[in-house]
Amino acid sequence: MMTTSQLIITIAIITAGVQITRFAPFLIFPAGKPTPKFVQYLSKVLPGAAISLLVVFCFKDVGFLSGSRGAPELIAAAAVAALHLWKRQMLLSVGAGTVIYMLLIRVF
Amino acid sequence: MLKKPISADNAAGNFINTAGPVIRAAFPYTVPILAGYGCLGFALGILMSASGFNPLVTIFMSLIIYAGSGQFAAVNPLLAAFNPLGVFLLEIMVNARHVFYGLTMLDKYKNAGGRKWYMIAGLTDETFSINCGVEPPPGVDGIRFMFAVTILNHAYWVIAVVLGSVFGAFVRFNSDGLDFVMTALFIVIFIEQWLKEKNHASALIGFALSAVCLICIGAENFLIPAMMAIFLALTILRGPLERNYKP
Repeated sequence: MMTTSQLIITIAIITAGVQITRFAPFLIFPAGKPTPKFVQYLSKVLPGAAISLLVVFCFKDVGFLSGSRGAPELIAAAAVAALHLWKRQMLLSVGAGTVIYMLLIRVF
Repeated sequence: MLKKPISADNAAGNFINTAGPVIRAAFPYTVPILAGYGCLGFALGILMSASGFNPLVTIFMSLIIYAGSGQFAAVNPLLAAFNPLGVFLLEIMVNARHVFYGLTMLDKYKNAGGRKWYMIAGLTDETFSINCGVEPPPGVDGIRFMFAVTILNHAYWVIAVVLGSVFGAFVRFNSDGLDFVMTALFIVIFIEQWLKEKNHASALIGFALSAVCLICIGAENFLIPAMMAIFLALTILRGPLERNYKP
């Protein structure tokens, strides 16, 4: 167990570790100065790749080779995509998809 | 339009008139995050209380750290022996993906003025996904919209952690699977982005390389190699991509 002052230091360090990852790009490339062309290019093409990465990230703990083989996740994800392409209503797609998933994991 | 005399009252009235609609415009986009953070924050609050932390400490940490995976990862080191360097490196690794988000948002946050620093401190996965992928409704100022999204999400997180750490031990309900709201939200944002962009090269590169890294390296450690692979691929393909890219 840590002492109170060690605990305070640890919390400060955790905060610093997290917030450095958020602030670093903005501190390295301040708004006043022209951002290098390469970084401008990155900030144009990265969003597409970053959202794809987030989608894959959500499926990282799904066991496709065991148990339900990822069936509830894939069916619910397909339902979200189909609903969204059909109605383009974010709350409907997300809400219905989540309810479908919660029902599926109780069935499978 | 009637011209009204300018007065302090009027200025204050105008401010409320603008802040209200912006929050109303942003709120629907944040509802999935309200559900997601509700679950995650509640769970974190329960865990922290069960680990013996004073709810005030948990709430304070949620206010200033405001990172789901970062705070879950911090629970064990907080209970172990004092190891400042280890916990620092752990948090940098767990949160390295934020650098990615920052690089993406450099342009969008550029003109946010004083709001910018708060918006950076609140740049979580979920806030990033909305502020990066969603166009504000017509007539709504982009900066104010993104600022409202950041504040709303931050509020959901802190309130959920408060509820979890204070009442968590007494509340029982079967919420298994509710965390799927986050997956569903990212899928919707992915589709929106896909329909909006003319060139899908970046989205496809991101998808393929993340999937390959996940399969080859495994869930525990794939994130940073995946980010590096994406970064490399986009660097190598800069010539052809830049010629075709009209965001």
